[in-house]
Amino acid sequence: MGTNVNKPSHKAGLMTGAEAVVQSLVAEGVELLFGYPGGAIMPVYDALYGAEDQLKHILTRHEQGATHMAQGYARATGKVGVCIATSGPGATNLITGIADAQIDSTPMVCITGQVMSSLLGTDAFQETDIIGISMPVTKWNVQVTKAEDIPTAIAKAFYIARSGKPGPVLVDITKNAQFDQVDFNYVPFEGMRSYKPVPVASTDQIKVAAELINNAKRPFVLFGQGIILSQAEEEFKAFIEKTGIPSAWTIMGLSALDTDHELNVGMLGMHGNYAPNKLTNECDVLIAVGMRFDDRVTGDLTKYAKQAKVVHIEIDAAEINKNVTAHAPVLGDAKDILKQLIPLVKENSHEQWLQRFKDFEQEEIDQVIREELKPSKDIMSMGEVIGQINELSNGDNVIVTDVGQHQMVACRYAEFKQSKSMITSGGLGTMGFCLPAAIGAKMGVPNKQVIAVIGDGGFQMTIQELGTILESKVAVKILLLNNEFLGMVRQWQELFFEKRYASTIMVNPDFQMIAKSYSIKTALIDDRKNLEQGVKEMLEHDGAYFLEVRVGKENNVFPMIPSGVAVSDIRLK
Amino acid sequence: MKKRFTLSIFTENIVGILNQVTIIFTRRHINIESIVVSESEMDGIHRYTLVISETDEVVRKVVLQLEKQVDIIKALYHEDKDVIYQEIALFKMPSDVLIKGGEAEKIVRKHFARIISVEEGFIILEKTGHKEETQKLFNELKPYGVLEFVRSGRIAITKPMKTLETILKN
Ligand SMILES: Cc1ncc(C[n+]2csc(CCOP(=O)(O)OP(=O)(O)O)c2C)c(N)n1
Repeated sequence: MGTNVNKPSHKAGLMTGAEAVVQSLVAEGVELLFGYPGGAIMPVYDALYGAEDQLKHILTRHEQGATHMAQGYARATGKVGVCIATSGPGATNLITGIADAQIDSTPMVCITGQVMSSLLGTDAFQETDIIGISMPVTKWNVQVTKAEDIPTAIAKAFYIARSGKPGPVLVDITKNAQFDQVDFNYVPFEGMRSYKPVPVASTDQIKVAAELINNAKRPFVLFGQGIILSQAEEEFKAFIEKTGIPSAWTIMGLSALDTDHELNVGMLGMHGNYAPNKLTNECDVLIAVGMRFDDRVTGDLTKYAKQAKVVHIEIDAAEINKNVTAHAPVLGDAKDILKQLIPLVKENSHEQWLQRFKDFEQEEIDQVIREELKPSKDIMSMGEVIGQINELSNGDNVIVTDVGQHQMVACRYAEFKQSKSMITSGGLGTMGFCLPAAIGAKMGVPNKQVIAVIGDGGFQMTIQELGTILESKVAVKILLLNNEFLGMVRQWQELFFEKRYASTIMVNPDFQMIAKSYSIKTALIDDRKNLEQGVKEMLEHDGAYFLEVRVGKENNVFPMIPSGVAVSDIRLK
Repeated sequence: MKKRFTLSIFTENIVGILNQVTIIFTRRHINIESIVVSESEMDGIHRYTLVISETDEVVRKVVLQLEKQVDIIKALYHEDKDVIYQEIALFKMPSDVLIKGGEAEKIVRKHFARIISVEEGFIILEKTGHKEETQKLFNELKPYGVLEFVRSGRIAITKPMKTLETILKN
């Protein structure tokens, strides 16, 4: 799997289109693919049947699960995730995962079967216009109707998915193309005139940026997933250490820098830390690296960092000046730009300015964090469970989250020492992401501890993937933070809808029985005195493990920037 | 403030590009006033000419979103003053109002409209020009009974002396 040095080589010569699909994937270095069979993709499954030694297929329990597994795999390994489905409902079931991968820039190739090309447009059985449906949510898509076009289409798909700002690509292959013969010879794709994946950074712009940074009194760095995607972690660390600039992350950038690094001042945005949100509106130079000023990060844009000069290092031209005007936009690859920037910036430290962050942090500790991590009440908090994981491990877990309160709490409190170890649905906020994404991540990095932190609502959106864990023996740890509510929505109802809990109270099944029926070892913790032991057992267990912790039903996540409010008006309660 | 912009979009010639172009506008709730697609002077490159009314900021962002599409080679936008543009309109008129001479015929002459076909009972007129001009002719002919009227989308060529090849290179 992850560290296979003797990669199987692909075959060449006369073969069917379906075999060409499989051999193309092998040629691209794919080791694993996630999918679900059906009529229009059967020839490819038949070709997979004879190729187990070259390529491993993981049968999921739903096509949405396949996409999230491919995403989790991609995010944990940095490689392209691959999934496969049949036409019609199989293909449409992929859409949520594709949209998620698009907005979070995850490299993914999806292969769908399609009806015979002679039947296209006739409303044939299981025909759906997946090209039309997926067009707005893919980086690129293509329909292949001839066997001879398969290798090039797949080569192009991988090239586009992984290059530049990565994203999902869909290749739709008609059944006749899978049956027909092709003389297969794989040529990796090398580029096209209509697509320049990495703009060449302007050295002049880098100088302008360096000048702004060197003259700044209160500089502040914001970093996002761009650091991880361009593998710029080392350069980024060197840059902030040389300049001594406090740095805060978006949830997509989490784990790119050690959480306990002295210049790491925490999380931006709606449920982020107090200091970075407050001081966004006090810095004099804002340096954004590989992030796109999402509205969950900026709050009210008309009151966002208006006092600051903005340096924006970004690979996507459409993101520059989209939400925040940049005084020094630097278009290009973050790693390359940082490498050039480091020699141009002065060694510096900003003690007083850093102290401001520490002061606000202290306020947050006193008013929020201490109580969350060591509650004075009997009822358990989500934060203390995450804190327990921190205490019993060394920041070397891969944490995968679903969407909701537990997600924000996991992002706020989990400690990380290695990049690519926080996997969460950031842009789309897809409930149901966690369980399959954790499975995919675990298969990508089998030697790491992968923990799925999940709410009782989102767990039930893709709960059937417990079947994949059972079948493929995936040693993923599932930590269910059960508050018997759709917690995040309930929190909003409490704060903004006078506690009118419309459809947020969960009537839940016995999760213990469910996990057991999939032969997964389980435990239920409803008393603090058993928490440490419970978490320990989960971490130490060899195979899959399901740990359910009953937490406070009506706990809220704070701080919070209510929507439409300035970041600096962040509330501590 | 909203202004009229002409967008020139150069794309690969493959199935589905029209859809790729239009969804960018649909998603942002921008009304496309006209759209024309044709080949360009370069082999295999198609040229879309599109007219929208938008603010500078919106049009700038939309053009970047267009360029981000993998199969779109280049997208440019221009104000009316920076392009030479033209539209064509066809009018179907009852033969008798023109054959009898008189006012309708004078209008046609005044506007330099051409008769491109004479059929049993009706005549087809053609007028090329800016929308304002073809619209004016339509308004004047209307009392005489316009049986059918159609106007093409705008086609436009930019003023700077640059070839498509150099535009595409940078
Ligand atoms: C697919 C999907 N549907 C609806 C939502 C809206 N939503 C956001 S958070 C949330 C509640 C999540 O509840 P739960 O999974 O129990 O996690 P908690 O917030 O309690 O930690 C909902 C319904 C969403 N993000 N995704």
